[in-house]
Amino acid sequence: MLSCSPTSTHHPHSTSSQHSHPQTQTDRHPSNAPTMASEKSSSDLTLLDFWVSPFGQRVRIALAEKSLPYEYVEEDLLAGKSERLLQSNPVHKKIPVLLHGGKPVNESLIIVQYLDEAFPDTPSLLPSDPYARAQARFWADYVDKKVYDCGSRLWKLKGEPQAQARAEMLEILKTLETELGDKEFFGGEHGFGFVDAAFAPFTPWFMSYEKYGEFKVAEVAPKIAAWAERVGKRESVAKSLYSPDKVYDFIGVLKKMYGIE
Amino acid sequence: MAGQGDLKLLGMLESPFVIRVRMALHLKGVSYEYIEQDLSNKGELLLKNNPVHKKVPVLIHNGKPICESLAIVQYVDEVWAATSPSILPANPHERALARFWAAYVDDKFFPAWLGILKAETGEERDKKMSETLPVVEQLETALAQCSNGKAFFSGASVGYLDLAVGCNLLWLDAMRKMFGVVVIDAARTPVLAAWADRFRESDVGKEVLPDADIAVEYAKKIQVYRPASK
Repeated sequence: MLSCSPTSTHHPHSTSSQHSHPQTQTDRHPSNAPTMASEKSSSDLTLLDFWVSPFGQRVRIALAEKSLPYEYVEEDLLAGKSERLLQSNPVHKKIPVLLHGGKPVNESLIIVQYLDEAFPDTPSLLPSDPYARAQARFWADYVDKKVYDCGSRLWKLKGEPQAQARAEMLEILKTLETELGDKEFFGGEHGFGFVDAAFAPFTPWFMSYEKYGEFKVAEVAPKIAAWAERVGKRESVAKSLYSPDKVYDFIGVLKKMYGIE
Repeated sequence: MAGQGDLKLLGMLESPFVIRVRMALHLKGVSYEYIEQDLSNKGELLLKNNPVHKKVPVLIHNGKPICESLAIVQYVDEVWAATSPSILPANPHERALARFWAAYVDDKFFPAWLGILKAETGEERDKKMSETLPVVEQLETALAQCSNGKAFFSGASVGYLDLAVGCNLLWLDAMRKMFGVVVIDAARTPVLAAWADRFRESDVGKEVLPDADIAVEYAKKIQVYRPASK
């Protein structure tokens, strides 16, 4: 029986009837992706996602932390957007989209909070203290506003604009380093939490930022580098992320698509 | 009212984000010390309590700062959870919807109307206005989706999303006075326009939304210091 048992940590790899080309999709999925067979998952959750999206990965991490079974549906964004995606998120037309009992929830950090609130008997990502929650929201918002956008400019641009993006990225990493301090996780006393889940998906992107920006995270922000290694070993994170090499190759694909050299 | 400790709000009178927080505090009946900031000459208190963004609003509760208006509003709702009204809805899906649309207001609506305000020519203003209209139409959709035909986004009474949208009315009304532009127009988005009227007349709207003339005066003041156009 597919259960929500908090002790179950391994999800057998199985092909989902939802995938349009199961064979070619398999090498894109984490080898132990929690895809379910055609049997409806008991939590009635479906995730519309794109394999390498750090935003989708936040949700995968949260679902794994909570041991919630769900149906993973790969949206092949490079080929176009499915009708289901467009209907579920008509405003932004973006993944991730969580469908719970068919009702959509959009925006990755909003989905993570939703999972905390809709499944209160599972380990929560936000802490319970209001002040700690406000801090977590602030820092997750900081990651949201800064990391992906600045990182994209690093690999998209050249010359002076790229140098500016590089300077900003160093500033971002140093700011996050100060916030992390000597804590094991951003969540502090709470343990692995909301901000960790928000930022962890960007760790495989560090190698690409380093290559394009010509710096080393370990030199600029050694505590962040150590944190990245720690979270990378955490099961929920390990099974949700792809290798830095795969991310680097994906950026190469995007650059070709945009005609950037 | 419930014991509250020492509360300070660093703000700027004309900032919609500050107005939003003041509305939340007003809804909960919480008193606080308001400290107006000079953003052209940022003081120690602001720089110390929001070193990352150096922006208002900053709520300082018993010496501890909380930044980012939507995080502050949720903080106020959670600390004074025992005090009615609840700002966020109770149901998780409705909370997610309220958060989604509040994020939309900040990510799309605010920059859109700000573009109208900052336009340097009538032509540019028209262009920015035409870019804003689809965003306003989305808010009309949001209202239908969230309100279930009731008076406010949050239902029978004012809540999170009403605050998120409503704090912008100061500047929308100011721009109507300054340029004659009507961003929320009863002809185009009737339900949203009716909501705006109701919000202005609500207790929190009447008590907290400054008069549009205050924003008009501020805009004039800022124009004086604007560097010469390229």
